[in-house]
Amino acid sequence: MTTFDETSGMVSPAPEKRRGQGFEGHWALVWRKFLRHRLGVLGGMIVLLAYVVAAIPDFLAPVTLEAYNPAYAYAPPQQVHLGVSTEDGWQFRPHVNAYKTVIDYNSGRRIFTADPDSIVDIGFFVVGEPYRLLGFIPADRHLFGPVEVGQPFYIFGADRLGRDILSRTIYGARISMTIGLLGVAASLVLGILVGGVSGLFGGVVDNVIQRLIEFVQSVPAIPLWIGLAAAIPRDIPPLQVYFFITIILSILGWTSLARVVRGRFLAMRNEDFVKAARLDGCGPVRIIFRHMLPSFLSHIIATVSLAIPGMILAETALSYLGIGLRTPIVSWGVLLQEAQNVRTIASAPWLLLPGVAVVIAVLALNFLGDGLRDAADPYAD
Amino acid sequence: MGSFILRRIIYVIPALIAVSLISFLVIAVPPGDFVDRLAEEAAKKGDIMPLAEIEAMRRAYGLDQPLLVQYWSWITGVVLRGDFGYSFGWNLPVKEVIWPRLGLTVVLSLASLLFVWVVAIPIGIYSAVRRYSAGDYFFTFLGFLGLAVPNFLLALALMYVAFAWFGQDVGGLFSPEYIEAPWSWGKFTDLMAHLWLPMVVLGTSGTASVIRVIRANLIDELHKPYVTAARAKGKGEFALLMKYPVRHAMNPFVSGQNDIFVDIVSGGTIVAIVMGLQTTGPLLIKALLEQDMYMAASFILMLSVLVVVGTLLSDLLLAWLDPRIRYQQG
Repeated sequence: MTTFDETSGMVSPAPEKRRGQGFEGHWALVWRKFLRHRLGVLGGMIVLLAYVVAAIPDFLAPVTLEAYNPAYAYAPPQQVHLGVSTEDGWQFRPHVNAYKTVIDYNSGRRIFTADPDSIVDIGFFVVGEPYRLLGFIPADRHLFGPVEVGQPFYIFGADRLGRDILSRTIYGARISMTIGLLGVAASLVLGILVGGVSGLFGGVVDNVIQRLIEFVQSVPAIPLWIGLAAAIPRDIPPLQVYFFITIILSILGWTSLARVVRGRFLAMRNEDFVKAARLDGCGPVRIIFRHMLPSFLSHIIATVSLAIPGMILAETALSYLGIGLRTPIVSWGVLLQEAQNVRTIASAPWLLLPGVAVVIAVLALNFLGDGLRDAADPYAD
Repeated sequence: MGSFILRRIIYVIPALIAVSLISFLVIAVPPGDFVDRLAEEAAKKGDIMPLAEIEAMRRAYGLDQPLLVQYWSWITGVVLRGDFGYSFGWNLPVKEVIWPRLGLTVVLSLASLLFVWVVAIPIGIYSAVRRYSAGDYFFTFLGFLGLAVPNFLLALALMYVAFAWFGQDVGGLFSPEYIEAPWSWGKFTDLMAHLWLPMVVLGTSGTASVIRVIRANLIDELHKPYVTAARAKGKGEFALLMKYPVRHAMNPFVSGQNDIFVDIVSGGTIVAIVMGLQTTGPLLIKALLEQDMYMAASFILMLSVLVVVGTLLSDLLLAWLDPRIRYQQG
C-alpha cells in the first residue's frame, strides 16, 4: 500500500489537497465508489432490511404461520386509520375496522364490508402468540398487531383459509431470500472451480470448458428446470425439497460466475505482481488465494449479487407451478400458488401481494448489483 | 464466409447430440415410470394391478430395456423417421401432438422477438440521445421494472386487468370455437387478436435489456471524433445519427439477441402454462407430471433444438454484419 502511495505522493504537487486519497486501501476505494452510486446504496439498504426480515419473521409478523380463521376467508385488506374523531375532537388512536359479513347466496361467498363501529386497536410490541426468536429464544411480543389477541387484523387481506397474507409474506422472505443465497453459493463453488481451472491451465482445457459453458447457456433453462423439479419425489421431507431445488437452480446457474472467474484469471496471469510472487517462490495455491483472489474478490461479489435475483425468480416460478417448494414451506412462490386462475384473482386481487415482495426484492438486488459492479473496479476513472 | 458457415454448422452437431441426451436422461433417469404411475392410480381407485400385467405393460412399451437402448431407439426414430415415440398419456404418436404446438411456439417466440425490436430500438436510441432527460429516466425505470417482474406475475396481472376492467377472458391463443377448427382466415385473425398479450408479457424483460444495451453502446459512440467530424462537414443530425453511431451500436445488440431468444423460448413455457396457451408449455408440464416420457423428452428436445438453431442463425447474422468476427474464427 505505502510503496504505491509514495509514488503518487511524489507526483502530486499539492499532497495536502488530496487529503488521504491515494492513501486508502483497495476496499476503502471500493466502498467510497459504491457510496456514490445512490440507487446501489438504496438497493443495498432494502436488501439488508429483507435479510433482517428473513432472520426474525416471527417477531415482525403480527401472527404466526399456524394462525388461521375460516370465518375470514378471502377477507379484503383493511384500511389503517390513524385516529378517531370524538366529541373532544380528533384523537390519535391507530386502528382498523372489523368486518361486517353478509353471505351472498348466489355465489356462496361472504361479502365483507368495514364495520366503522367496531374498532380493532393496533399497538407496537403487543403480546401475541408465542414463538421462538431465531429458533431458540422464547418470546411472545410482536412488532405490531392487534392489541387484543385474536381480533381480525388483515391489512394485506386474507387467503382462502383466512390466513393473514402480510404475516405469510413476511415469513416467505425467510425461504425466498435464502434460497437465492444458497443457490448462488453452490454455483459459486462450481464456478470458481471450473473457471479457475479454465483460466489457469488455458489451452485445450480452456477451450473444452468454454464450449461446455456455451452449450449450457444455450439450453433453455426453464423447461429443463421444470423437468428436473418434476423429478423430485413427492414424498420426501420439505427440507430436502428445499435443497434439491437449490441444487437444480445452481446446475444451470454457475456458468456466468465461471466466465467472470476465468476472465479475471486470464487477465491477471501475466500481471507484474503475480510474476513477482512466482519469482519469490510462492506455490500456486498461495498465489491464487493470497495474491490473485483479493484483487478480483470485488468482481465476484458483484456478479454474485446480480445472480441472486435470477434464482429468486426461478424459485418463485417453479413453486407457483406446483413443482418447486410446497406447503408447509412458505415462500413467495408458494404463496402465489393461491392465485391460480384469473377468476380467483378477480375476486381477491390481494392474493398477488406476495408478488410485490418478489418485485421489490429483485429490484433492490439488481440495483445493489449494479452499484457493486461499478465499484468493483475503483481505478477505472 | 462459406467456411465460417460450414464450421458453425458442424459445431452445432455435437450440441444437438448433447441436447438430445440430456433431454432424454432428465426424464428417464429419475425413479418411477409411466406404468408405476398407472399402478398407483389403480391402487387409489381400489383395484390392484397384478404384477404380471405391470411387467407385460412395461415390456410392451419397451420400458424394461436398459436406458441407453431406449435412448438409441428413440433418437434413431426421431432422426431417421421423424417418429418421436408414443405418448402414453394421449395414446397417440407424439408427433401428432407436438407439431402444431411447436408451430405456435415458434410463431409466439418470433412475434415476441419482433415486439422487442420494434419497441426497444427506438426507445434505446432516444434514451441515449436525450440522456438524463425525463423521458430517459422514465424508460430506465420502466426497464428495471420489466427485468424485476416475473413473467408469470405480469401475465396474471394483465389477465386480471383485462378481466376485471374490460370484462375479457384473455387466456389461450384462440377463442373456443376456433381451437379445433382447421386453419382459415377467421382462425388467423382470431390468433392475432389473442397473440398480443402473451407477446407483450414475453417481450418485456427482453425489451428492458435491449434498451439498456443500445443506450449504453450508443452513449459510448456519440462523443467519438468521427461523429464530430461528420457533424462539422454539415451532415444533418438525424441522418448522421442513423448512418454512423447507431450502426456501430447495433453490433453488441445483435450478439445479444441470442440470449434474448433463449429467454423468450424458455420463459414462454411458464407464461403458456399460466395463460393456458396452445403452445408447448402446458403439455410439457402435464407430460412431466404423468411421466409420459417420450412426450416430455420430445418437447424438451425440440425446444432446445429451436434455441440451438436460433443461436446458429444469430451467429451467422452477426458474422454477416461484422466482418471482424468471421475473420477471427473462420
